[in-house]
Amino acid sequence: MIKVLYFASLRERLGCGEEIIQDDPATLAELRARLATRGADWGDVFGDGQRVLAAINQEMAVADQQLRSGDEVGFFPPVTGG
Amino acid sequence: MEVEIRVQATAMDALAEIEPVFSGRSSVGGVVSFIGLMRDMNQGEEVIGMTLEHYPGMTEKALAAIVAEAGTRWELDAVRLIHRVGELRPQDPIVLVVVASAHRGEAFRACEFIIDYLKTRAPFWKREQTASGETRWVDARVSDDAAAAAWKEDA
Repeated sequence: MIKVLYFASLRERLGCGEEIIQDDPATLAELRARLATRGADWGDVFGDGQRVLAAINQEMAVADQQLRSGDEVGFFPPVTGG
Repeated sequence: MEVEIRVQATAMDALAEIEPVFSGRSSVGGVVSFIGLMRDMNQGEEVIGMTLEHYPGMTEKALAAIVAEAGTRWELDAVRLIHRVGELRPQDPIVLVVVASAHRGEAFRACEFIIDYLKTRAPFWKREQTASGETRWVDARVSDDAAAAAWKEDA
């Protein structure tokens, strides 16, 4: 089970703020690939070339990072604070 | 190094937040502060309001990591970092960075490092309301990435 959170413009575009993925993906890349198959906006957001950042358990993550059951994954656009 | 980090939805009195960072610390010889304010113009359009969203939990961790890294690079006595979330109006302080050190050089560099890293690593997102009634997410700036990357070469 992976808890997935979406923020800012991503959340609005996908119409989803939070969900639970039951069938655990092995890596972050696998999770992204799975989300990209949902069609329309999901394919655009998680397809190749899009700048979507990810965090695993609230720390910035790299594409091929491993996932474990119970992890929290956050997806978001480049940050604009300060 | 004494550290205070806050993410708050309430208004910030930036000037009042500076004095406690050095008061009573006689080893401090210099204090440098940066106050980021909401502007009334962006990309040529008048902006009347802003909403700041963040990733609760990750935000606090990211800010703590940035301040901790500054503490390993420079000799610092105290750091205070406050960031607003929620609804803002032009002139409202968005972010405050205060660094106190024995010498000015360390304080200047650490203050700039903290704001440069915050701009590219802390999960905040700005959405602005223009005078024409439009609401739009603010795009990340390439110049912010370059400013943060420059600190890597210095390391």
